[in-house]
Parts: sequence; C-alpha cells; structure tokens
Amino acid sequence: MTDLHALAAKVAAEGEGPRLPAASPVDQTMIRHWTEAIGDANPRYRGQDAIAPPAMIQVWSMYGLDRASARRIRVPLDDLLDALTEAGYTGVVATNCEHTYHRHVVPGDELTSATRLTDLAGPKKTALGDGYFVTWNVTWYAQDEPVAEMIFRLLKFRPREKRSPSEERKPYPLRPAQNRDTAFFWEGARSGELRIQKCGDCGELRHPPGPLCPSCRSTERTYAVAAGTGVVYSYVVHHNPPVPGRETPFVVAVVELPEGVRIVGNVVDCAAAEVEIGMPVRVAYHVMDDELTLPMWTPVQHRES
Amino acid sequence: MTGTALAGIGATEFSKNSGRSELQLAAEAVFAALDDAGLAPADVDGLVTYTQDSNQEIALAREVGIGDLTYFSRVHYGGGAACGTVAHAAMAVATGAAEVVVCYRAFNERSGRRFGQPDARLSGEPSSQGLEMSWHVPYGLMTPAAWVAMFAQRYMHEYGAKSEDFGRVAVAMRRHAASNPAAWFYQRPITLDDHQASKWIVEPLHLLDCCQESDGAVALVVTSAERARDLRRTPAMITAAAQGAGAGQMMMTSYYRDDMTGLAEMGVVGRKLWQISGLSAADIQAAILYDHFTPFVLTQLEELGFCARGEAKDFIRDGGIEIDGHLPVNPHGGQLGEAYIHGMNGIAEGVRQIRGTSVNQVSDVENVLVTAGTGVPTSGLILSRG
Repeated sequence: MTDLHALAAKVAAEGEGPRLPAASPVDQTMIRHWTEAIGDANPRYRGQDAIAPPAMIQVWSMYGLDRASARRIRVPLDDLLDALTEAGYTGVVATNCEHTYHRHVVPGDELTSATRLTDLAGPKKTALGDGYFVTWNVTWYAQDEPVAEMIFRLLKFRPREKRSPSEERKPYPLRPAQNRDTAFFWEGARSGELRIQKCGDCGELRHPPGPLCPSCRSTERTYAVAAGTGVVYSYVVHHNPPVPGRETPFVVAVVELPEGVRIVGNVVDCAAAEVEIGMPVRVAYHVMDDELTLPMWTPVQHRES
Repeated sequence: MTGTALAGIGATEFSKNSGRSELQLAAEAVFAALDDAGLAPADVDGLVTYTQDSNQEIALAREVGIGDLTYFSRVHYGGGAACGTVAHAAMAVATGAAEVVVCYRAFNERSGRRFGQPDARLSGEPSSQGLEMSWHVPYGLMTPAAWVAMFAQRYMHEYGAKSEDFGRVAVAMRRHAASNPAAWFYQRPITLDDHQASKWIVEPLHLLDCCQESDGAVALVVTSAERARDLRRTPAMITAAAQGAGAGQMMMTSYYRDDMTGLAEMGVVGRKLWQISGLSAADIQAAILYDHFTPFVLTQLEELGFCARGEAKDFIRDGGIEIDGHLPVNPHGGQLGEAYIHGMNGIAEGVRQIRGTSVNQVSDVENVLVTAGTGVPTSGLILSRG
C-alpha cells in the first residue's frame, strides 16, 4: 500500500489547489434560512449590520443539489480519494472538523475556498473495517484575505464483507503469536513476500528473527525478500493424532534457502511419498483466513534442458 | 556435588487412570520416599520440582506435614528438568541452604492433560516460547512425536539408520519391562516385526517408537553423603550433576543450527558430567537414557561418548543395550516400557542399580549415568556406590 502513501506525498507537495468561487455572494436570505433551521435567534445575524454566523462558513462553498460531475472542478485531493475508492476503501465517515475564524464574514463578501492535503494515515484496523484517515485543510478567502480555515478528517474504509454463513471463512485455528520483532514476516506473507530478517548494520540474515543481531548486537533491523526457492532439508509426514485445521496425512519440512537460512513450512501439491530430502521447492502463499497467510512449499519440476 | 547422595526413592503405582488428584499422587510418592530413607516429613526443609508440575511446593508441604522450608526451586523445560531437580537439591545441600531436599514429579498425564495431543495454545502468547512455537505450530508441526521425527529423518539420511534401528530400542525396553512387575508393559514384550507393523504416528516414527502415557508420581530424597550413610538404605552418591543447553537452542525444534543430527545440549551435559566426575564412558556399567522417542536414544549414546557419531545403530544391534549387552540401558524398561513419569522413574532405577536392588539388576555396578528429556534444555547425573 506504499503507492497510496506515495500518491499522498505527491498531492501534499502540490499544496493548495485552485481557489473555487462560492456559488453566490454571502447574503441575508441564506443567513435567515440557516439561523431558522438551526434555531439560532442571535440578533447579530439580523438587520442592517448583520454578520454571517461563523459556523456557517462551509455553507457558502458547498456544492448545491446539482451534482453533475461536469460542473465539478477537480482538486488535487480528489486524486487521493479516488485512489482509495479504487483500492476498495469505498466507505466514508467524517471523524474530525475544526474551524478557525480570522474575521467575520458579512453580506456581500464574495468568497473562494481552496483545499490542501495535510496527512494520510493507515492502513488502520477500525470497527468499521480496515481504512485510511485522510486529513485536509480548507481556507476561505475574501479576495486574498483568509477569513476562515477548517481542518477536516475522514476515514475511507473497506466495508466488512457480509457473507452468508455457508460462505464465511472460518478462522484457521493454528495461529502464530506475533510481536514487534516478528510481525514483518507475517505481513510479508500476506503481501506475497518471504521476508528474512537482515541486520541493518552488518547485513547478516537470520531466521527465525529476533530483536538483535546476534553477530554485531545491532538493533537496526531490516529484511531481505528471499528468492522463494529452497531445498527440503528434512521433513515429516503427520498421520496421528488429528490436528485441528488440517487433514492428515500432511507434510511439514525444514527448507534450506539459497540465502543461507532454514525455515519450516508445509510441502503441498504433491503426494507425501514423493517428498524427499534434497527436493527443490518453491514458495507458495496459502491464504488460511482473512488475517493469516502461510508460506508453503511446492515441488519444482525438473526439466530436461 | 561431592558429599551429596540420594537416600530415598518412592513412587505410586504407574497407571492409565490413577483415580486421584495430582497432589495426592505427589504426597503418596513423598511419603514412600521418606519411608524408604527412614526420614520423617519434619526432617525435610527443601523441595524441588518441574515448572510444569501443577503441585506447588507449599501445597505439598501442607499435605505431608512438612514444616519450615528453607529451599525451594523449580526447573524448566519439560522433561529436561528431571536430573536438574537433583542437581538443584544437591547444590542446596552442598551449600547448606537445606539439609534434606525432596524432588518430586506427579501428574495424571494419561487421564488428564496429555502432552502428545495438539494444543493450539502453544503458540497463543507472544512470550519467547510462544513466538518460537509460532514458526512451527501454524504448519501443524505441534506434537512431540512430530518435532522428534524431523530430527530423526535427517539423522537417517546422514547416517543411513533405518526404522528398524529405532525399533531395536523399543524391543530392548519392552524386554526389560516384561520382567519388571512395576512396569505397565510387564510380561508384554514386543518383536521388531511388531514395531514395524505398528501404525504411523509421524513418519518416520511408528507408534512403538513413542513412549506410553502414564499417571503416577515419583519422589527422591537428597541429603548429605554423611547423613545418608546413617540412614536405612545404601546411599547412591551424586558423583556429578549437570544441566545443559546448546547454542541455538530451542524447545524441541532446534532445526536452525548447523547440525540437525545431534543433541548439542546433551553433549554439554555429557562433557560437564565427565569433567566433574573425572570418569569416562568406559566407567559406566548401566545407563538410564531418556526414551520418550526411540531415535534420541541413539543420539544420546553418541553425544555421551558411548560410541562415535552415526554409529549408534551398530552399537545397539544384537542386543547391545539390553540387560546382557555391552551397555545395559534402562533395565526397568524405560518410559517406553515402565512408565512415562517425565524421567523421574529413571532416576529411581539408577538408585536401585547402585543399591543392587533392581528387579533387572546389572552385575557389578559402580557408576550409573542418568539423562533427562531430549530435544529440550536437559540435565544428567552420575550416581555411584559410596
């Protein structure tokens, strides 16, 4: 999902988008509709020297009921919001709105507004689903004078899929414990990468991973993405007793990687009797449930060249 | 450990369903061990058990009427704790921390929680052990038989050992158990054909490569050699006691170190035992080798120096580890034949061999070597005549 962050950085770098004119100047009639609807009887909003209610600022630049896209002027922020929608984050919920008023807006003011992206955070797990928080700033101008600003944040989320009970994928029962030292591996598996811890200082590869480099004591951790090939170093065929989430017999192997580390995983896509020490295998990612993907190993066919 | 001795041993019957609580089993074994030594509960001032034991020292002390305790400790890593409990007790006695220390292990491992059953909670918590398990459990590699089988496969590949070589261990243990009335498999020997015909548990291990599951308890009394000499029984001197973990050590899954055919931790224990005792393999007349799974009996013979690497299959051929072989191993029948009491019943047999009271007595025993759980950080003892 780094492409979304890259896009956000690009949009943010573009700064403030074009100043879009309000549909009509600030006027008494709209102020009266708004205060009556809100039930605000403040005399400052009536009569000869009336001012516009400050909290009404967003009203002046709102799109009306005519939603024809041809009339809508795109701003840089739209690129990011569209990309999020395309990535499946179709749900929208506003989470924050903070106003700052620099001066009173009065009837006759002809306002413009301009938007700039300030932050993209995520992906985050939320009660609504996984999503990104998008934060932007809107500034309203009268001529070149900023009169009000707004910080606005919304969550673009991937709505939880509603499956029928028969379709619902049961959680796989054999789950790995994870912590900050190991999460990168499981995240990698989900995104189709076999990640091997690599020392950020001396470059030593290590699996299983840990918080330190045993060679140089460095805590600068990074990872290498393994080529995804290996050789069966040892293996077992499990028959008894039954294992939850598994059908017997199944094969588990210690696989030696060309990168120089060993890793444990299932050998799949071949009969147990065909597995042998020295057999070349290639990684295959198996989605076990909505959260867990396990790297497994499938035989590499020998071809006569 | 010079100056310390095992002065008493006690046990419950070994069964598949004890019908009583684990605490009751522990108390019965402690009474039996104290009676054996000729000591009273009031003489005990130290208790040691496994971290895995469900009976707290204070609960046991209340039950058997032990008063003040000046020493108590626990040893970790499953069955690797067995000889470690005696090591802790001997150190407590040698330093004056306590005078009479009882080591105990009690469980309903067959009728209660069975260690051989898959348990997804093994990788449930992000503790160091939970994280270690998390590289294996998600792939269904989650039973002791499976963890050992992974080593065994590589061992067979490198040294040309066959399933029959593992089977010979099972045959020897069942032969010994057949003449031990305390053994679950009393009068039930097996043949190599029986072994080969038994069902697969986890290839390359057959059912008869795996030890049984048992309910029961064993207790051992450790005190000074001087005091032990004045008690009822011939003392078994603790000539050496050692614990060991190797580089790159894991719990049952040390698959990531260069050599997957040995048990580096048992090598550590062996070297320490020889160093402390000044003895060598040639000085040992009988060995009690932890036998939860047959392949690791071969590995232990190699790590302890009874034979060279890869040659255990030849060492055990033709009854080499049977009662009349060149190194009698587990004359009581081991855990494959007598009972699985997490290695503690083997220490009791070591004491009987020194006393000369075993039902399968080896002649002219001076020194017995005893080991604890394999594949885990482990421990060992050398017991000697006083």
